[in-house]
Amino acid sequence: MRPTVPRLVNILVPVKRSIDYAVKIRVASDGKGVDTNVKHSMNPFDEIAVEEAIRLREKKSVKVDSITAISIGPTKSIDTIRTALAMGADSGIHILTPENTIIEPISVASALKKIIEDKKIDLVIMGKQAIDDDSGSTGGILAGKLNWSQGSFVSKLELKENGEINITREIDGGLEKITSKLPVIVTTDLRLNEPRYASLPNIMKAKKKKIETIKPEDLGLDFTPRLETISVSEPAKRQGGGKVESVDELVSKMKEAGVI
Amino acid sequence: MLVRAAIRSSRSSSLATAQRRLASSLVFLEHKNGKLNDSSLNAVTAAQTLGSDTAGIVVGSKSDVDSVLEEVKKIDGLTKIYTAASDDYAHTLAENVAPLLASVLPAKNISHLFAAHTAVGKNVFPRLAGILDSSMIADIVALESSGDVFTRPIYAGNAILKIKSSPKDAIKIVTVRTTAFDKAKTGGGNASVEEVEAKSGDSSTKYVSEELTISSRPDLSSASRVVSGGRALKSQENFNKILDPLADALGAAVGASRAAVDAGYADNSLQVGQTGKVVAPELYVAAGISGAIQHLAGMKESKLIVAINKDADAPIFQVADVGLVADLFEAVPELTKKIEGAKA
Repeated sequence: MRPTVPRLVNILVPVKRSIDYAVKIRVASDGKGVDTNVKHSMNPFDEIAVEEAIRLREKKSVKVDSITAISIGPTKSIDTIRTALAMGADSGIHILTPENTIIEPISVASALKKIIEDKKIDLVIMGKQAIDDDSGSTGGILAGKLNWSQGSFVSKLELKENGEINITREIDGGLEKITSKLPVIVTTDLRLNEPRYASLPNIMKAKKKKIETIKPEDLGLDFTPRLETISVSEPAKRQGGGKVESVDELVSKMKEAGVI
Repeated sequence: MLVRAAIRSSRSSSLATAQRRLASSLVFLEHKNGKLNDSSLNAVTAAQTLGSDTAGIVVGSKSDVDSVLEEVKKIDGLTKIYTAASDDYAHTLAENVAPLLASVLPAKNISHLFAAHTAVGKNVFPRLAGILDSSMIADIVALESSGDVFTRPIYAGNAILKIKSSPKDAIKIVTVRTTAFDKAKTGGGNASVEEVEAKSGDSSTKYVSEELTISSRPDLSSASRVVSGGRALKSQENFNKILDPLADALGAAVGASRAAVDAGYADNSLQVGQTGKVVAPELYVAAGISGAIQHLAGMKESKLIVAINKDADAPIFQVADVGLVADLFEAVPELTKKIEGAKA
């Protein structure tokens, strides 16, 4: 038998700049969005995706030829790409869009599809959802558009030299194992890994790594939203009912409410 | 609760709209091992807001479809059940099920596909949206009877977004937050059955196995009472020893915060929150949970929230109807005993 040729894998990691998860968000006064003049950082699920790409390279079960981080958004999205580069990604692509515009999952997926076809990507690792719009759909839409296999909500990933991939997914009630072959779209769940912090030397090195900037029109894409925002509002406020002093009082309150 | 009121008011105007609508709705009826996942019943209720013809579709292996069919035919409000049976559909792999739906929806002139926002829904329907080049409208809590205005929470439920879908998205693909809609009744329906041709994708993805957490307690997503524990329980042993008796005394499901899951005290299928399950039971008992916004996103629609925490300043007390500042290792066993006493 001929020895198998080591496969060179090109990984794309989409990262989103979103409001930091610890920020308590406020609805904007115009009722059309939220106040975005607050701390932003990389969407937490995307950090896990970057980390997994780097670990695949470190594991050496396959030869990872390139790890490209991509982000779509205003100029500040470059910061998010830099973070990915400082963690260990090789290069970045920034698709520049105007400030304060919503780029919907379907537009993101269309753009990613173009890049994937252009850059000969074999594996996309991305977050299962962005914590701002909570839509959780970009990975699936992309897989559908490309007709690639998908591993959603992945908590364990094993990639073999021949391009086979073993995936453990989180499902309601437990875990599901599936197997597939490259090319594949993977979306990360929280338990996949613990993302590393970028060290200062790596942050310095990341400044030298290349980020290519592309405009949507260069890709021949129209990012006009299909879903029109009618309003963004505060959720109904819940009033705490105050505290009780003892378990006995707690029990009588529960009785009053008819739950015991 | 506000959401339910909104749905009721829109239902009253749905009759008039029904005459204007030409196309119809389809509800994806999720099942596991030949048993209907009853969160699909919440999706049926959402679909009926449109007041039009509502059909259901069951996709699975022949034996699973056969065993679930009698039950789903009787769901009130469904006029027709489409079935597609093939071994390829056995584990609802998105690569096989999405192409099938992508061929069925246009052929049957479906304008809206509804499904529950479960792990299956989140996996299959974005792919379908990608194939159809349609927007995915995820996790809705309300919709208007016109069929193009939807309400969904964003930012972990800290803001509510109302959107209008454009005619560009000819087929609306919608997943439904189950806790925001009542379950459709079953038993009165008498739907006709139509088999559709099985059509699979050409993907290399194969199902291997699954490991499910076995529990004799009610299912977390649909339980009317939930007892949840956080990091303060300190170990898996404590988690079970302290919470299980209280859950049993109340007939409740057990949930957990992300901190408890990450520390290994509880299985991740029990996680309540933005990235876990969203619950809205009659009673939610949070023991040793601080109340991070990501956790509140998963439980703040509960009817009565009881919090037990040592830290009087924990954010959970801002949403709790009844709060007790106490050491849970003493308070929870005492509470358990007194609830058992009250029942006896």
